Amino acid sequence: MSEQHIKLPEGSIEKTTTTLNLGPTHPATHGVMQNILELDGERIVSTEQTIGYIHRAFEKIAERRPLYQITTLTDRMNYCSSPINNMGWHLTCEKLLGVKTPKRVDYLRVIIMELARISDHLICNSIVGVDAGAYTGFLYVMQYRELIYEIYEEVCGARLTTNMGRIGGFERNFNDIAFQKLEKFLAEYPKVLKEFENLFQRNRIFMDRTKGTGAISAERALNYGFTGPNLRAAGVDYDVRVHTPYSSYEDFDFTIPVGATGDNYDRWLVREQEMWQSLSIIEQAYHKVQEFKGAEAEVFHADVPEYYLPEKEDVYTKMEALIYHFKIVMGETEIPKGEVYQAVEGGNGELGFYLISDGGRTPYRLHFRRPCFIYYQAFEELTKGAMLSDAIMTMSSLNLIAGELDA
Amino acid sequence: MLTNEHIKQRLTEKFNDQVSSFEEPYGMLTFEAPKELNLKVLNFLYDDDELKFRFMTDLCGVHYPGNKGKELAVVYHLHNLEDNVRIRFKVFTDIEQPDIYTATGLFSTANWMERETYDFYGVNFVGHPNMKRILNVDEMDYFPMRKEFPLEDQTRIDKDDEMFGRGGREGFGTDTKEEDNRNSVTAEADKPDETGRPII
Repeated sequence: MSEQHIKLPEGSIEKTTTTLNLGPTHPATHGVMQNILELDGERIVSTEQTIGYIHRAFEKIAERRPLYQITTLTDRMNYCSSPINNMGWHLTCEKLLGVKTPKRVDYLRVIIMELARISDHLICNSIVGVDAGAYTGFLYVMQYRELIYEIYEEVCGARLTTNMGRIGGFERNFNDIAFQKLEKFLAEYPKVLKEFENLFQRNRIFMDRTKGTGAISAERALNYGFTGPNLRAAGVDYDVRVHTPYSSYEDFDFTIPVGATGDNYDRWLVREQEMWQSLSIIEQAYHKVQEFKGAEAEVFHADVPEYYLPEKEDVYTKMEALIYHFKIVMGETEIPKGEVYQAVEGGNGELGFYLISDGGRTPYRLHFRRPCFIYYQAFEELTKGAMLSDAIMTMSSLNLIAGELDA
Repeated sequence: MLTNEHIKQRLTEKFNDQVSSFEEPYGMLTFEAPKELNLKVLNFLYDDDELKFRFMTDLCGVHYPGNKGKELAVVYHLHNLEDNVRIRFKVFTDIEQPDIYTATGLFSTANWMERETYDFYGVNFVGHPNMKRILNVDEMDYFPMRKEFPLEDQTRIDKDDEMFGRGGREGFGTDTKEEDNRNSVTAEADKPDETGRPII
């Protein structure tokens, strides 16, 4: 205590802590979740999280839905990167059904998933900036998320809750506008990302705010079940795309950025570097897609008549197509008995689908491994003894998405 | 390289026939053990120098109402990150007394996952530091993911959910003139014509 402070007689004020309710609808939580903080001045003594404000019982609902109707539920988990969730769900179904997708489908999926990863990380990183008081970056990169959403729109017609793709591939081929927009994105985005980086990466204020706050060791992060950028920031190079490749990720050449300290700054850097890697993957995938010639260049789905809706024209003219169409729409296809776990590298980490089928028309049990739900429990450990303002930064740099927390 | 066969061998060496039902659905080694042994098995998998299953990917419950005496299952998904091998380990418990030892001592991540399993299936994790509901309201007095609570019947007629696209029940809770008209029209349509078939 410095000399300037007013000195009160010893024991004249009883020391108490303050309880602060952060949320459920606080602008700094970026979603509906509550944190009950016990503060000693500005330092956090303890926190308690209350979640479940937007719990929608997806796992229960899924037990009554045919496979194709569950895709819309996955949209609403991590809504910053819905296409990854969609593809993850299709991959799970395909694994259960033993469907082998054509290479072109895999590459198109990779393009979409990496675009989704970029839009996810873009939001997260720019929001970290906003929470530190730097609004410019956020507004600047937002137009490129817009461009990504326009590509989604060309591919599936929707922007946020995409419901993209079907079991076996895509509902339609990518049109020329989608590819043109993709080219525009590939041409313009690197410059934007570089500029965005310049705004933050070596920015003194930003570094002071993020360095050393919200840090977690690799060991603790693993024990807490961290995955994705948050784990990699702590120095563990675990990435589902490399460890258990899906959708032909083994055909691509990319590196996994890792951090060292697991603090907010490292998390930010890891996400930033991952965007560069994603860009390179998209470029590679786009080249591979362009290499397909003739009939191969028109392939956009696998041959799974029992699950993939036939062409409308065929429905009117062919008996078999009509039967399949009816059975699919009415959800009358029996799915094979089995138990699968399929994981994809979501925006926040390992997004897992544990599907048990008893041979009925709907899953017997479907469990979503939601990375957000799993790592949010470390929040108390991450913020103990930290300043309130650092806790806000930690919250946004963990990339908490309420939809994924609650499912 | 750690193979499923080797994991199976190590487990049977240690626990004899107490670990059972070895299967490999879609390549993932799956087995079960009596619920009293869950911590022993998890500890063995964690500590063993060869097995090193030190990452808990997932924990969830499943309800099998027909499986008398073993109605509830708790499924652990474990991952050996060094050799990149995943396994699935199940324990079953009686629904009357669903007590299972908590894995929170070994994995901090089990904390919320066990709370979620308790919340939806009512599995009581013995020794858990904070065993209470997590996603549902605290006042809830049942475990909603159990199979005895089916989702609402899509054809139910005891509530007016016209707003949800399922059509309202005739005369439900409304006595405005317009509503009556609409209902009388529907009633008309349901009446059979001369041939005895309802007009659709």
